[in-house]
Amino acid sequence: MFRLRREPAVFRLREALRPLKLLGLAVPTLLGGCAMNGVTFMAPEGPIAAMQRYHFWQVTAISMIVVLPVLIGVPILIWRYRYGNTKARYTPHWDFSHSLEWLMWLVPAAIVLVLGAILWIDTHELDPYKPLASTKPPLQVEVVGLDWKWLFIYPEYHIATVGEMAIPKDRPVSLKLTTDTVMQSFMISALAGQIYAMPGMVTKMHLIADRVGHYDGDNTQYSGEGFHGQHFTAVSMGKGDFDAWVKKAQTFGTALNPMAYNRLAVSSTPAQVRATFGNTAMPPHVTFFNDVPSGFFKKIVMRYHHGKPVPADQQPGTAAYNAKYSG
Amino acid sequence: MTQEFWKMVLGRLNFESLDFLKAFYDPTLNEVILTGAAWAVLAGGALGVAVLTYFRLWGPMWRKYLVSVDHKRIGIMYIVLAFLMLARGVIEGVVMRAQQADGLGGGFLSADHYAQLFSTHGTIMIFFFAMPFLTGLINIVVPLQIGARDVSFPMLNSVSLGLTVSGAMLIMISLVLGKFSTGGWTAYPPYTESTFQPGVGPDYWIWSLMLAGVGSTLTGINFVVTILKERAPGMTLMKMPMFTWTALCTSILMVFALPPLTVAAGMLAYDRYLGFHFFTNALGGNMMNFANLLWLFGHPEVYILILPAFGVYSEIVATYSGKRLYGYGSLVVATMVIAILSFTVWLHHFFTMGQDANVNAAFGIATMLIGVPTGVKVYDWMATMYRGRVRFSVPMVYMVAFMMLFVIGGLTGIILANPSIDFQVHNTLFLVAHFHNMLIPGLLFGMLAGYTYWFPKVFGFRLNDKWGYVSAYCWITGFVLVFFPLYIVGLMGMTRRTVAYTNPAYEPWMIVSGIGGLVVTVALATLVLQLYVSIRDREYTRDIGGDPWDARTLEWATPSPIPAYNFAVIPHIHAREAFAVAKEAGMGYQEPKKYSDIHLPGDTYMGVIMAVFGTGFGFGMIWYMWWLAIVCFAVMAVAFVGRALRGDRAAVIIPAAQVEAEHRAWLERVRKLAPITREHEQDGTNYGVAAPDQGAAA
Repeated sequence: MFRLRREPAVFRLREALRPLKLLGLAVPTLLGGCAMNGVTFMAPEGPIAAMQRYHFWQVTAISMIVVLPVLIGVPILIWRYRYGNTKARYTPHWDFSHSLEWLMWLVPAAIVLVLGAILWIDTHELDPYKPLASTKPPLQVEVVGLDWKWLFIYPEYHIATVGEMAIPKDRPVSLKLTTDTVMQSFMISALAGQIYAMPGMVTKMHLIADRVGHYDGDNTQYSGEGFHGQHFTAVSMGKGDFDAWVKKAQTFGTALNPMAYNRLAVSSTPAQVRATFGNTAMPPHVTFFNDVPSGFFKKIVMRYHHGKPVPADQQPGTAAYNAKYSG
Repeated sequence: MTQEFWKMVLGRLNFESLDFLKAFYDPTLNEVILTGAAWAVLAGGALGVAVLTYFRLWGPMWRKYLVSVDHKRIGIMYIVLAFLMLARGVIEGVVMRAQQADGLGGGFLSADHYAQLFSTHGTIMIFFFAMPFLTGLINIVVPLQIGARDVSFPMLNSVSLGLTVSGAMLIMISLVLGKFSTGGWTAYPPYTESTFQPGVGPDYWIWSLMLAGVGSTLTGINFVVTILKERAPGMTLMKMPMFTWTALCTSILMVFALPPLTVAAGMLAYDRYLGFHFFTNALGGNMMNFANLLWLFGHPEVYILILPAFGVYSEIVATYSGKRLYGYGSLVVATMVIAILSFTVWLHHFFTMGQDANVNAAFGIATMLIGVPTGVKVYDWMATMYRGRVRFSVPMVYMVAFMMLFVIGGLTGIILANPSIDFQVHNTLFLVAHFHNMLIPGLLFGMLAGYTYWFPKVFGFRLNDKWGYVSAYCWITGFVLVFFPLYIVGLMGMTRRTVAYTNPAYEPWMIVSGIGGLVVTVALATLVLQLYVSIRDREYTRDIGGDPWDARTLEWATPSPIPAYNFAVIPHIHAREAFAVAKEAGMGYQEPKKYSDIHLPGDTYMGVIMAVFGTGFGFGMIWYMWWLAIVCFAVMAVAFVGRALRGDRAAVIIPAAQVEAEHRAWLERVRKLAPITREHEQDGTNYGVAAPDQGAAA
């Protein structure tokens, strides 16, 4: 459609575009570079994040069919049909072409059809609620969002942790999430992405790590002053190491009785929790709890379903609660 | 007793609420910025009063503007408001960029201050910059494009403006008294419930949005009716200019989309004021309902914002390509399809809330579908340039930058539409980069292009081109520098709304983004400078003929600055792009056969009443000064109902003889002016009469 007048111009254009090609190589390298290991799905550490990254580039590539004509066509058009270029054809009354109309509507529509099909399949494939196929039974972890830390409860082992979520490598992990404060969003990018956690409600997420490593986790939904400190490390380890880790938590943890929980739920960062509840036997940045009663998670969820108001001094995350329990 | 009395009078306003004194107790940088902002508002207000007094402008401002129902004057006031709020919004954005450039492990702002900044920045940019600007443009342009004397409900138009101003006033007051919400512009409960934020913050959000939201709903109703009922004879729907079409779609969206917001904010107010449990944690409250209601408004809102900009671009590309708009039918259909689909996609703002994969997939596909008509629009504009003669004027610079950048935003939009990917990039800076990528090149550039394009029509002189180019290039460069790094750090997992971060890999990108913030500041400053230079040099850029761009639609067939009655005689329309067709036939400036008396609506105090007492009402509600809220609401209600029952008793009649004299005088002047070709568009010889293009014969 856009004829270039002289042959060599094509060559020059190609020359001019060469740096762009390098850029195209540089950006993914940069994103997937070593600085990003464990931090983002662009450097995935598990099959789910790997598929999400693949899908990201796949959608980007397919969309280029409709994006590139604009990125390339607009500069050509404004140069070719600039006011000063009297040689170019000028058709002030031309305002319609059947073939062009078909092209304009059908090409994007066809691409959306393809992308839509991919979307449908992938959305179901990567539904965080879908249990992962595996010969091993999933590890159950119950996650409670508090101001400004995540509490990980391991009901099978009656332990809980703050600051670190250990998981065994190659074994699916089944997360149940809620919060005991405002809404939060639980994210481990290198493994699976995020899901909201809301008070009085339970959301679910499944993930699996297929190698050993440390991965960043955080809350992505603003929840108050300490929000930016709400990080934790997800640690994937071999089966033996995981069992040893559980043992350690059971041995050295602080008992998570209602009194301890009230104190824990006061607005604080993982480091402050460590300072309050930790002891030297626990690794730095991690706080272990033990003797977690059965149904502890369910009780937290059900607090909001007794048909009675929850006054501010019983609601973690409020100034009144902090004043009452920071003791 | 006295204490009780003062509590009743002042509500919860006390010594601690006075932001402008805070730095004197606690002189940290954070508090100095907070206090400085409060003083800036007070000083700005004082300066405004001083200038108006010194130049003795109170009288003219009152008579010509505040009580006027002239749609052009109302439009100008909307745009002035929008520019003031843009200045605040940009400064807040730049402060946030500076904070994050310095934010590796700390920075100079407290988390709470940062949270107020992102909350006010978002609220202001959407409700008090974007909405007033596009409403102002629609006000100025639509009645002219459809050949009407004014809108259908001129008094209501003034009321809409008054309510919008009162919302903006409340937001400005929040800088001086008390703190704004820290819950973001979306104000998700339960964080914004009184349990968690018992202060005035979320109440500022609720009442400023309620007032402005009602104002916008009324604007929507006004323009749907105006466009459907006030068109000049012969102007069928399919002969309407593209901008009017987009204004119609936007108005329809306003009518249907703003009520959910008003309802959501109202329900939150019930929770906060009366102890209801719509969105609380306990007693069956559920914040998911708020998310649905808010985005049921929020997504159509995106198209309320973007469609008028699409309209501006459609007008500009045809005019500056010297060519008919390509694919008018397609553009109309695409606009309508977008308007309808915009109601079917709200759930994509919370794919991560835990609903079924079928639901997510359905909304994801609906979202992608919007990409089709949007893409068609971009191609239509390209086809309009094809075989045209494209002048690279200031609006075209914005237009070209828009097309190139908007498709990139569209691409990231398609990416975000995939739930499986959204689970990763939701709530990260990738998302922030995406919506700024849509709203800055889309909306802001469109509004600035429209401002440059229609300025001479309203004021009778053109804007300075040199500073216009400088400003445009600064906006474009600044935008790219600020937001492209955010895409990258977003993919690197950096969360939005975080005051500080610990990963050093983010820092270089944040510094680049911070530098972009400086460029944007320069862009804003040059925009002010451009206006100053343009006013100073207005004698050299006079637009007398009223058609400085050889434009195509009806509004350019009138004198500049345009008389209050718009058209001496309401024209009969026989073609799309009616003025272009007339000019080609050599019939651009015909003397009408017969003049008749013109009836114009009379001035009204309603706008001023709404602005003053609306602010008082909101202020009373926010600070628990119940007496003030009750009095102000009563005044508003009585005044409005009273005026509605009484009707317009001040209507103006302009006698036919006067219209004839004015119109003849103008035609006489036009005949004396030398028509210029497009080569001279930007020099001092362009008095607004266009010579036929040489190439037109081809």
